[in-house]
Amino acid sequence: MTDAIVLAVVFPILAAVASLLAGLRWDRSGWYVAALAAVVELGLAVSILLSVLQGGRTAYELGGFVPPAGIELVADGLSAPVLVLVATVSLAVLAYARRAGPRGNAFYTVYLLLVAGLAGVILTGDIFNMYVFLEITGLAAYALVASGDDVRSAVAALKYLLLGTIGASLFLLGAGYAYVATGTLNMVDLAARFAEVGYTSRPVLASFGLIVTGLLVKVALFPVHSWQPDAYATAPDSVSAYISALVSTVSAYVVAGSVLAVTQSELKRMLAYSSVSQFGMIVAAFALLSPTAAVGGVVHLLGHAVIKGGLFAAAGVVARQTGARTVEEYAGLASRRPVSAGLVAVLALALVGVPPAVGFVGKWYIVLGAIESGAPVVAAVILASTLLTLAYVARVIERMYFADVPAVEAGGERAAVAADGGESTAADTGVGEESPVSPAMIAVVVLAAFAAVALGFAGTAIQSLLEPTLQGVFGT
Amino acid sequence: MSAVVDVLLTRYNYVAVVVLVAAGLYLVIGDRNLVKKVIGMNLFQTGIFLFFITTAVVEGGHPPVIEEGVETYVSPLPHVLILTAIVVGVSLTAVALTLVVRIYSEYGTLRADLIAEMETDD
Repeated sequence: MTDAIVLAVVFPILAAVASLLAGLRWDRSGWYVAALAAVVELGLAVSILLSVLQGGRTAYELGGFVPPAGIELVADGLSAPVLVLVATVSLAVLAYARRAGPRGNAFYTVYLLLVAGLAGVILTGDIFNMYVFLEITGLAAYALVASGDDVRSAVAALKYLLLGTIGASLFLLGAGYAYVATGTLNMVDLAARFAEVGYTSRPVLASFGLIVTGLLVKVALFPVHSWQPDAYATAPDSVSAYISALVSTVSAYVVAGSVLAVTQSELKRMLAYSSVSQFGMIVAAFALLSPTAAVGGVVHLLGHAVIKGGLFAAAGVVARQTGARTVEEYAGLASRRPVSAGLVAVLALALVGVPPAVGFVGKWYIVLGAIESGAPVVAAVILASTLLTLAYVARVIERMYFADVPAVEAGGERAAVAADGGESTAADTGVGEESPVSPAMIAVVVLAAFAAVALGFAGTAIQSLLEPTLQGVFGT
Repeated sequence: MSAVVDVLLTRYNYVAVVVLVAAGLYLVIGDRNLVKKVIGMNLFQTGIFLFFITTAVVEGGHPPVIEEGVETYVSPLPHVLILTAIVVGVSLTAVALTLVVRIYSEYGTLRADLIAEMETDD
């Protein structure tokens, strides 16, 4: 099934073109094409994962050129599960976007391009190829952020574009130094040649520095994070759910990010700042160079994608039900919308790392790895960051469950006061218009909350899946 | 002093790379005009393209198209890579300019500081 690997990248691109062409003929065909494509993509991802589970690392040589000269796509114990995650979240966000919009065909074309770019970044085994896929991902993400109705989203998208391009260009320059130092662009080959050239030679050091800096700008590490909260907060709800879960897939300054989150009032912006800090924890986990911490990093990466994607989706649902967007406006939400409030609470607590949710398992492994490899400071920082996470999450929960409903708010409440989401909402609010929240949107949030808890029990399974890959990396 | 002159004379292509990258980065960060920021972004990328191309040079090498009687060719790979990177750069510029047009039609200005002021006023 090595063909599935290349199809996982090519298929979404073809589907994107198909969605555009179908849009010329039929008005609202975009969603159907995208949904079909996402289902196929998930099927491909699962079949790749199964073949990796059976046969270990599989590679596909593009165009029949043999690596290291040719470009290869690689599926292994790390890339295959992440690909499944991407495909699953893509499908879930589509289900959510069915009602939440945006509805234009162009939106779904760009969305599928983003899926293709992400699949490419995950699967590629060539460092220049990775630059190209990073930029495809970037271009699609800029366009999606700009698709918000508010013109502020255009400003945020331009800011994102300028910083993202600088980051990717630094990555390209680093790839150039690596090529000059070793004469190869293949990742596996690079690792071997770097060892021959020696890790202290100047071009190698310059290459590492530039590639890491470039990627950190992309993933919004503090202090180069400034594009992210704007971009998340102004983008359409469906887009921020997707980007937060997947696009910034690695990093940030743990404590500083949390502190910024404590001081934020708009919920979506607060969640974005919290991503900044969670990614910092993941980077710290990999920087420890301990297999245990690396398992924790991967678990936390997967878990964070599920939890944060779910939280953004939940924030979207609440905003559409009640118009509440700031933490203050969440006051008394539990009595008005018990289901939505409950889901937000479950996801938020999973983010803090309350056992048995996945947030706990990831952090547990990272702290364990930190202590094992003699870095108690890192363990302390992670615990301190957990307390800060608890501080901002507790604020939301306290508002929802213990604050009184503000008088103005209660007066201006929609007809559907008694409804608490689900199908009853659909029945209650409809006065000729479509209900703002579809059952599918609620289902996505419920699934995310369920997965956040269920994944917590799968920690050991993930560890055994990662073991072969990690052994290759750490040589243990 | 002679060392500096030496670098300028023999490594002028790398000096050009550094100047382009630094100037581009300064424009992106320092200039308040959004279009000039986009120009700076282009300049920054061009510097990096030049770096790749300049590493491909082989002393006495011919263009990498197979000919009779030619033994040494310059390395073709960086050229191919940069051809791709230029396409990426053009797409980025197109998207960036589209956003600039939308921002201009809404705010009536291209000055980043004025736009930030208007946003906080909203």
